[in-house]
Amino acid sequence: MQHDPNNHGGQHVSARPAVSAERVTKRFGQGTADVRALDEVSVSVARGEFFTLLGPSGCGKTTLLRCIAGFETPSAGRIHLNGKDITDEPPNRRRVNTVFQSYALFPHLTVAQNVAFGLEMMGKPRAEVSRTVDRMLALVRLDQLAARRPEALSGGQQQRVALARALAPQPEVLLLDEPLSALDLKLRKEMQSELKRLQHETGITFVFVTHDQEEALTMSDRIGVMSTGRLLQVGPPREIYNRPVNRFVADFIGETNFIPAMAQGGQVRLASGEVVGESAQAGPVTVAIRPEQIRLSEPGEVGGIPATVEGATYLGTDSHIHLRLKDGSPVVARVPSLPSAEPGPAPGSSVGLRVAPGAVQVLED
Amino acid sequence: MTEIRVAAAPDAPPLAATRTAPPFSVTRMPGFGLVAVASFAVLYLPIITLVIFSFNASTSMSSWGGLSLDWYRAAWRNEVVQEATVRSLILATSAAVISTTVATLAALGTTRQGRFPGRTAIYAMVNQPLMVPEIVTAVSLLIVFGFVRSLTGYQGLGYLILAHSAFCVPFAYLPIRARLEGMDRTLELAAADLYASPVQAFRRITLPLLAPGIMAGAMLAFVVSLDDVVITEFVKSAGQDTLATYMLGQFRRTLTPEVNAISTALLGFTLVLLTGFFLITRKRARDPR
Amino acid sequence: MTSGAAEAAGLRRRTRAGWLLSTPALVLLAAGAAGPLLVVLVFSFLSQGEYGGVSLPFSGEAWFRIFLQRDIFDGTVSAADAHLAIFWRSVWISLATTLITFAMGLPTAWFIATRPPGQRSLWLFLITIPFWTNLLIRTFAIMEVIRNEGLLNTALLSLGVIDQPIQILFTDWATLIGTTYVYLPLMVLPLYAAIDRFDMRLLEAGYDLYASRWSVLRRVILPLVRPGIVAGCILVFIPSLGAYVTPRILGGGKNMMIGNFIELQFGQARNWPLGAALSMALMVVVMAALLVYVRVSAREGRDD
Repeated sequence: MQHDPNNHGGQHVSARPAVSAERVTKRFGQGTADVRALDEVSVSVARGEFFTLLGPSGCGKTTLLRCIAGFETPSAGRIHLNGKDITDEPPNRRRVNTVFQSYALFPHLTVAQNVAFGLEMMGKPRAEVSRTVDRMLALVRLDQLAARRPEALSGGQQQRVALARALAPQPEVLLLDEPLSALDLKLRKEMQSELKRLQHETGITFVFVTHDQEEALTMSDRIGVMSTGRLLQVGPPREIYNRPVNRFVADFIGETNFIPAMAQGGQVRLASGEVVGESAQAGPVTVAIRPEQIRLSEPGEVGGIPATVEGATYLGTDSHIHLRLKDGSPVVARVPSLPSAEPGPAPGSSVGLRVAPGAVQVLED
Repeated sequence: MTEIRVAAAPDAPPLAATRTAPPFSVTRMPGFGLVAVASFAVLYLPIITLVIFSFNASTSMSSWGGLSLDWYRAAWRNEVVQEATVRSLILATSAAVISTTVATLAALGTTRQGRFPGRTAIYAMVNQPLMVPEIVTAVSLLIVFGFVRSLTGYQGLGYLILAHSAFCVPFAYLPIRARLEGMDRTLELAAADLYASPVQAFRRITLPLLAPGIMAGAMLAFVVSLDDVVITEFVKSAGQDTLATYMLGQFRRTLTPEVNAISTALLGFTLVLLTGFFLITRKRARDPR
Repeated sequence: MTSGAAEAAGLRRRTRAGWLLSTPALVLLAAGAAGPLLVVLVFSFLSQGEYGGVSLPFSGEAWFRIFLQRDIFDGTVSAADAHLAIFWRSVWISLATTLITFAMGLPTAWFIATRPPGQRSLWLFLITIPFWTNLLIRTFAIMEVIRNEGLLNTALLSLGVIDQPIQILFTDWATLIGTTYVYLPLMVLPLYAAIDRFDMRLLEAGYDLYASRWSVLRRVILPLVRPGIVAGCILVFIPSLGAYVTPRILGGGKNMMIGNFIELQFGQARNWPLGAALSMALMVVVMAALLVYVRVSAREGRDD
């Protein structure tokens, strides 16, 4: 098994991953006009892990999920489930289940019949089916609505039915394709913790697809960030946030200041001369600094980077202070809002910026 | 609205009280309502008159001789009418069953396989009976079936069943295809995801969801077959009158309200079928998917 | 396996499945509808048989005879006036039917589309009932209205507008009234479908920009519901042109339209090649009309 060099997720990897993709490529269209939805993606998800595929729409995350589910056949590469090659298995022979973005509840069946469907197709005895259905509906707290049709349910309830239906056959891996995107904010927050609880209680491996970075950061054990068909970085949320491997990851997750700098003799200097970090390379580089890692200090204080205040945006708890460095680079600092009505430092005033040594990321351009 | 306001507030400004023009409506077009009402009247008055005169006691088609069911009784006892009715029903049932079966398969073939070479040609062929004037189809069948008849000596209902099944295909096909195209494809993926084989997915998910479309298609095919005059008139062997061709024959002689009675009965039957179709499709419209 | 090969294999499988599932329908239609048309085409190029039917040799005579005739004595060629009269009647009645049904159908469709949503399907249902009612019954019903002792004449007589019944039945006017009555629903349904898709907020925009009701109708509504108008006109014009039952019953034996004239060739006139040529000619006209429709709707589709 080839290991991705970016795969730092040491703490979860067990002997045999629950599901793994090996150099999976998916091309759509033919000839020269083809589009690579997936470009040699390799990833493995450990048993019992909550793994999230994160990326903007069109990055290939849903295609990867559909390849694992069996709805798409990879153009190249293999997919393993529990060590078994399932690349050529049809979806109905794969012990994985999907929670669809649109839920895809069968409109002519009741809630209970929907949940029972997979178990019946597997040929489970009747008594076991009804026992499991009861257990699943209790798990998602829908026991009262077993006899209803999906159309009579709210969006959140339909979501729970879709979850119960996918969990009922006890799949090796549960695939969730942006399942929360159709819900409003409050319900989405509720379902996030509900999903975590369900994963904890069932111990099933979850592969979750989302374009919402906050959702990914709060729910996942590990995140795989994707862009234009490639897996850019895989790691636990903190690592992804604090140690992005490149500009795309840093930009996509959270807010980041990108400042041009120069690396020379192991040190990275801003254009104004301050040393902000270390790098083994030489030549122009970009440093990434999160706005909340920047503190404002008095101008002229030792170690401060001089900047000019251009304005402030009130965000509630925090405020964004818009600054400009000597070399003209814009920088945003996120500082706690003051209880007074004061908007912060006056525009035009000079300040010094302080950055914690570990908070500066030097990125390859 | 205006009156209520005036009553509630007697000292409201006179502007509100004296306003006589109706409020501006963007969708109103002058005279359109009138023409629409006239159209509905034009469509329904002749039919209503026909129904009323079927209950006329007099032999005359123009003067009212009192209420009676005599003409229904006469039609009911008329052996030619009985035979024609039975033949019409056999024909319509066979045509509906055959055309709906092949149309369902064709609809699955043309909507469930994505794009493939020849799909447009299949569409064109399936809808062909809608595009060719009935009289042209009728004479072409007259020629070909006449030839087959003289060759084989077969005089049975087969010719009519074949012809009716063929021209009913597009009527059965269109509602089934519409239903299939409106169906969420992820439902079938979900079934496969939940361990259903393709056959199980079709039987447990696709077919039940398609059923209203198939029912609607079969009803339309039935009505279309029942109504057909031209092709039947040209294709039928001697003594194979359907209700429609029997009535056409009646126009050659002096008409009696018996024709009104038969028409009314047929109209009632069609109405029942159409109401069924209407209810099925309305239920579909309410279905969120 | 490379992706191109997998894709090609998938396409082959889907093509086979698509054709296989459609085969029963295609066979049925080939035997009971489309195939016999080819026979008619062949017949139109054969000679008239002695006792009806056709015989060799191949000849263009039937097509020639559609518009022209040869004098039996001196062989001079002249226009076949009797035929032209029938074609002219078919065309003007069909055009007039299309116009009248449009004039009645547009307001009716508009009326239905502007009803409250809950009522709309009921009004639409009221249009579909006559549409699905047996053509003979409807022809019979309108005949009862326009004949000399019918509803119309009785009403006019008793009102004193006329002092003796107007002879409508067995004239071209009767045929026109009949086709209009019979095909009106065919105009309303596509018009309704187009108006139903029409975004009524555009009307507010039109009035907001100082348009009168007439200008809104002409400049906003009609251009946008044009696909429906074209569909409705084609749907009325084509069956009118090929009408058989209505002119036979209402027009009487003498006021034939093309449909009746075709039948005549296979019946009393015993000129099968001419009947076949007429059928094919009618089909060509219908196909041309359909082609116009396809072109227009394809262009509208691109505009969307």
